[in-house]
Amino acid sequence: MNKITEIRWHGRGGQGAKTACLLLADVAFTAGKYVQGFPEYGPERMGAPITAYNRISDERCTVHSNIYTPDYVVVVDETLLEAVDVTAGLKEEGAIVINSSKDPEELKPLLRGYKGGVFTIDARSVSEKNLGKYFPNTPMLAAIVKVSRVLDEDQFVADMEDSFSHKFASKPQVIEGNMNCLKDALKEVKGA
Amino acid sequence: MSIKERMSGNEAVAYAMKQIEPDVFAAFPITPSTEIPQYFAQYVADGKVSTEFVTVESEHSSMSACMGAEAAGCRAVTATSSAGLAFMYEMLYVVASSRLPVTLACVNRALTGPININNDHSDSMGARDSGWIQIYAENNQEAYDNYLQAMRIAERADVRLPIMVCQDGFITSHAVENILLENDEKVKKFVGEYRPENYLLNSERPYAVGPYDTCPYYMEHKVQQAEAMKNAKQAILDVAADFEKTFGRSYGLIEKYKMDDAEAALVLIGSTAGTAKACIDDMRSRGMKVGLVKIRAFRPFPGEEIAAALEGVKAVAVMDKSEGFTGCGGPVYSETAAACIAMENIPVMIDVVYGLGGRDCRVEDIERVYNHLFEIISTGERGPVYIHMGQRSNEKEVL
Amino acid sequence: MIRKPREINEQTPWQELTVGGEIAEGGTSAATMTGEWRSNRPVWVWDKCKQCLLCAPFCPDSSIPVKDGKRMAFDYDHCKGCGICYKICPFSAIEFIKEGEQA
Repeated sequence: MNKITEIRWHGRGGQGAKTACLLLADVAFTAGKYVQGFPEYGPERMGAPITAYNRISDERCTVHSNIYTPDYVVVVDETLLEAVDVTAGLKEEGAIVINSSKDPEELKPLLRGYKGGVFTIDARSVSEKNLGKYFPNTPMLAAIVKVSRVLDEDQFVADMEDSFSHKFASKPQVIEGNMNCLKDALKEVKGA
Repeated sequence: MSIKERMSGNEAVAYAMKQIEPDVFAAFPITPSTEIPQYFAQYVADGKVSTEFVTVESEHSSMSACMGAEAAGCRAVTATSSAGLAFMYEMLYVVASSRLPVTLACVNRALTGPININNDHSDSMGARDSGWIQIYAENNQEAYDNYLQAMRIAERADVRLPIMVCQDGFITSHAVENILLENDEKVKKFVGEYRPENYLLNSERPYAVGPYDTCPYYMEHKVQQAEAMKNAKQAILDVAADFEKTFGRSYGLIEKYKMDDAEAALVLIGSTAGTAKACIDDMRSRGMKVGLVKIRAFRPFPGEEIAAALEGVKAVAVMDKSEGFTGCGGPVYSETAAACIAMENIPVMIDVVYGLGGRDCRVEDIERVYNHLFEIISTGERGPVYIHMGQRSNEKEVL
Repeated sequence: MIRKPREINEQTPWQELTVGGEIAEGGTSAATMTGEWRSNRPVWVWDKCKQCLLCAPFCPDSSIPVKDGKRMAFDYDHCKGCGICYKICPFSAIEFIKEGEQA
């Protein structure tokens, strides 16, 4: 049986949840996986809640529907917890990763009784410390890789370094900041 | 050796275009096909292609520009969706009847209204009688592969018809998935050069295209067009055979999935086929004899092939991703049913209209359809023939 | 090889017509004798004509040929007898009579 890891992203238009979702597809592909990365589309509206999805597996997944019972959920914007039922369908043996400076315990009351794993990552401080600006993508990507174990962590770090050095070939100073961002995020994920 | 990559359906089509390097790309953007001219414009700006990139002011103009360019002797392409395709309407017919093998990447989107940007097939289904060849893709790989085959089908001397290469908006156009790409040289060699016998820029042999057709000629020209569409069937098969020989991936007019002993089968088009395959694998593991006929070429319509594939099946659900407003079923159903009329044992057949305006179709939805078919088989009662699936309702719906 | 227009007529079967009605020659309108449609006819009164050349550009059917700066005789193969030349001639150098009558 083809084991498929399904991940759902919640973010707000313009925050880069879609980009992070595609980045995850990218790095999983590099690791030799079959991937799907796709956003749920509507009209472009900055700030409106958006959803994006990943399927990651060892054999090609032919299903072309949205994901209703994800193994993992990533929340790129903490303020969505009240507005959106982010744990809908989320498997109890799975986990949710939330971008927040709070401890997971503090957020649990907002999760409508979800009994699976709850993790937080303070993507803002990790990003601002290493990049001087708020780009939540890289820390969120690292956090979901860490929590889901869908990719080997060392391999992930090596692949990302390779990817950044291609992507930022003309701006090498950005590579180090992003790599530090990634490594810090891997360390600073809180929860169980 | 194929190149392992990951990209969206839109990027895959733009990449195929880059490799083919058509002479003219007449571009006007519309969601969800916008990325195709967008990626291609980047190739043009980066000097990767020598294509004349014409930014026009509407889709009526993009198709007109394609017509002029193709008649001049160029290979002309464009991309569009939904209302954009509708705005090309008159020109679609003119291009087809002028027998100009233009290639159009159609990224399927619901045709207004109410206005909606998500996927169904109402745009290209509306153009099904315009005289264009239509082939549909299940995923990004097929969008790429179909595009590589399109021009050779369309340009063949006994065909000479324009071709629409369709894929599902957002579902495949914006989904990044693994894909096998082929190297530029092999692609160029496979697609070949466009060498029409006559063309407007040939000063040695003056030539005119698209004249007024009086009554004593019109019927004859329509018969020619109809014959060309019949010939397109063999052209699709021949090009697919060469494609398989060259690149190793196999295509036909339809794809049969686990049909050999199937008792209940679906007939459908596009990305839902992938979802159905996952459902079939699961149901088969529980011993249920289910199968799928995926229509790849809708024009020309592979009626005989579908009927042959359904031989021995007890119940069939044809799934229409567009509403034909006939009051009695969508276009895929009507044509499939008509194609099956010559069968010795016609299976019980129903029409399921689904997925309109992006309404999601899950594995569970497909399973409900199969279960309904098994109920029809066991009770012997066909029940309602023309069913909608996935809508909220006050009443208990069939599906 | 694509057929020439003169090889095609209203008895030609569909298999032998050009694809999509394309026309494998230029200037084929010259072969259509629109002069047969005429019921009235312009007549050039050459001794009144000042060669002002106003008539030639007004003719909608290019039926007043001009050579070396001078107009020539009407091209009756293509003149449809609309009478515009007769109307605009400032010197009454064009008469307009019923077809079949003598000037």
